[in-house]
Amino acid sequence: MNKIWLVIKREYLTRVRNKTFILSTILLPLFFIGFIAASAYFSIKSEEKEKIAVEDNNGIFKNSFQSDKVITYEFPKDVNANNFKEKGYSAFLKIPDKYDSPLDSISLVSDKQMGMSAEDKIKGQINTAIRDKAFLKNNINKKILDSINAIDEEKLYRFSAVIKQGNKTAISNSGLSYGIGFGSGILIYITLFIYGAAVMRGVMEEKMNRIAEVIISSVKPFQLMMGKIIGIAAVGITQLLIWIVLIVGLSSITTSFLSHDVLQHAQSVNTSMAPAGANNTAALNFLNTKNEILQAPWSLILPCFLFYFIAGYLFYASLFAAVGSVVNEDPQEAQSLMLPITMPIILSFVIMTTAAGKPDAAISVWGSMIPFSSPIVMMARIPSGSVPGWQIAVSMISLVAGFVLTTMLAAKIYRTGILLYGKKVTFKEMGKWLFRKS
Amino acid sequence: MIILELQNLKKYYSAQRAVDDISFSIPRETIFGLLGPNGAGKTTLLRMITGIFYPDSGNILFEGKKFDPTKDIPKIGYMPEERGLYKKMKIGEQALYLAMLKGMSRGDALKNVKEWFVKFEMQSWWNKKVDDLSKGMSQKLQFVITVLHEPRLLILDEPFSGLDPVNSNLIKDEIFRLAQKGTTIIFSTHRMEQVEEICNNIVLVNKGKKILDGSVKQIKHDCKENIFKVGFDKIPEPFPNDIFEIVSSKENYLIVKINDGNNPAAVLQQFLAQGASIISFNEILPSLNDIFIKKVEDTKVSRQFENAN
Repeated sequence: MNKIWLVIKREYLTRVRNKTFILSTILLPLFFIGFIAASAYFSIKSEEKEKIAVEDNNGIFKNSFQSDKVITYEFPKDVNANNFKEKGYSAFLKIPDKYDSPLDSISLVSDKQMGMSAEDKIKGQINTAIRDKAFLKNNINKKILDSINAIDEEKLYRFSAVIKQGNKTAISNSGLSYGIGFGSGILIYITLFIYGAAVMRGVMEEKMNRIAEVIISSVKPFQLMMGKIIGIAAVGITQLLIWIVLIVGLSSITTSFLSHDVLQHAQSVNTSMAPAGANNTAALNFLNTKNEILQAPWSLILPCFLFYFIAGYLFYASLFAAVGSVVNEDPQEAQSLMLPITMPIILSFVIMTTAAGKPDAAISVWGSMIPFSSPIVMMARIPSGSVPGWQIAVSMISLVAGFVLTTMLAAKIYRTGILLYGKKVTFKEMGKWLFRKS
Repeated sequence: MIILELQNLKKYYSAQRAVDDISFSIPRETIFGLLGPNGAGKTTLLRMITGIFYPDSGNILFEGKKFDPTKDIPKIGYMPEERGLYKKMKIGEQALYLAMLKGMSRGDALKNVKEWFVKFEMQSWWNKKVDDLSKGMSQKLQFVITVLHEPRLLILDEPFSGLDPVNSNLIKDEIFRLAQKGTTIIFSTHRMEQVEEICNNIVLVNKGKKILDGSVKQIKHDCKENIFKVGFDKIPEPFPNDIFEIVSSKENYLIVKINDGNNPAAVLQQFLAQGASIISFNEILPSLNDIFIKKVEDTKVSRQFENAN
């Protein structure tokens, strides 16, 4: 036991003291927060104002096009597709005299891409104008029409979905639980690869440096393998904790900066004008999401995340160690040997994308029970709050049993592989090692 | 007094019998040579002695008791043929770590590491990495790491490979010194001149079987082929006889092989009867190298893959 502790300490300290570790641990959250802040900032601040010249010979749209802060519509006489730039317009919209078939085209000419949201807005304006015209043609009073258009459904009701299991009820917020589920699923997926590969590289290093034999004459192969796996797990937890602290700290700084400047701006835009820009809505959503996020079942999510993060890692880490132990000098070999491990992880990712949206679909339930995929898939389901307790229990127990089993099997491969030099090992041989006694 | 005794050890791999029923014992405080050509099963044998492999059958007795890896490992030092150290780890830390893995306390380990580093003039290496060392230097470090925990049984697999003569001598002297202080040393090699120089007792293995066992002197004596060197003032003319054959003849001596059933005195009488003036007469014992080659060739050098069953 004392020896495992020595190995753990070495694995942990050599990694944590490494410059790459320190840099990546600190830079990643900075990069992450910076990216979010920058994209939120630029989406609002750097919006280009567009002035569009409209040629509308029938004069139908003149009264219905409404300019907003971003796009202004004007109806000048002497502007055409060739000279709109000189006249100071960013685009030219030509509406034909007749439009009653898909062949009639309304064309928007500009010297650069307008962007999807701008194009959508212009199309929306056209469609609304056409509808309004049709309503008016059928003798619907303009006043009535305006009042109908002015209905803001958001102000009339609040939609709430409630999950009821027996006498337990919970507010369901599928958008939020999708986001959290997807996020934690991806996080576990990525960490499985990062730390799994770290275990594999560590084992390969020991084998290639030929230090394995020196160490194995002092400690049992199993102790060396477990020491490495636990040491790297400790590195992973350290890294995760630093990230959480940094992200929570930095994002509270960022939101205070955002809410004072940008969010206020976004809110004022949104209340003063009915067809608010998509970006402003996004900024407002950011504020709302922050409040909503706090309502998610965190007391369940956090402990579960920690469990699946660690147990999922333990389940796969020993398999990565086994692969590392049979690889010789050729890194290409590692790629092909890793395939049986990476396939189930990637498959779990695919199931996870379904499970985050449909936490109670059959594939989600099964995927969250089988230890190969449960760390990723179950984490995608849990934020929905609708996973029955017994399913979580079964999933956890089978994952623990699974990792005990993979560790036992992997240890058998590891013990033989780590001392085998210069020989390419086939899966068939590894199979034989599994069934060999001591 | 026996420190290590192997009884009918067997270890079969799927493709070959790596160690096939080998027994021998190693007396305490000797330098013991384990010889054999490449692939003879030496490494497998050593891995069983160091607790890395379990034998398929047979017993290992260490200091008279059944070998128990967890308990006996701290008393054994093993330098494998495939040398290895962590390339990126600082040398001082690495030496400490490996000594502590052998069960030493941090304090004892630190004390011993410092002593050995001073002895081998390696003090300046403490904060360097193995990457920065030359091959010979890392070899020296490997030796120090193997003996740090003061093992009672020291196993060295090809300890001089890659060392220049100066460092070879440094380590050779250290081996003798350790042996004098009571360490038993198993020395595995196929370099015969080193064995003759260093070892008291040897075992020769080939194809997983033991083919020779005994003291160097005894083995040389047992393997002698009755070859004598006879020196003359002037080499006599050849004459027919059935007592000896001339193997080779040089300017002032002859190498003769005595036929079975005759003795050296008969040879001398023959020469004296011819009136030859003999100035010297001595027996030529075979070198270990000759014995090695002859014995191994008898069993075919390159072992074929065979079915263990």
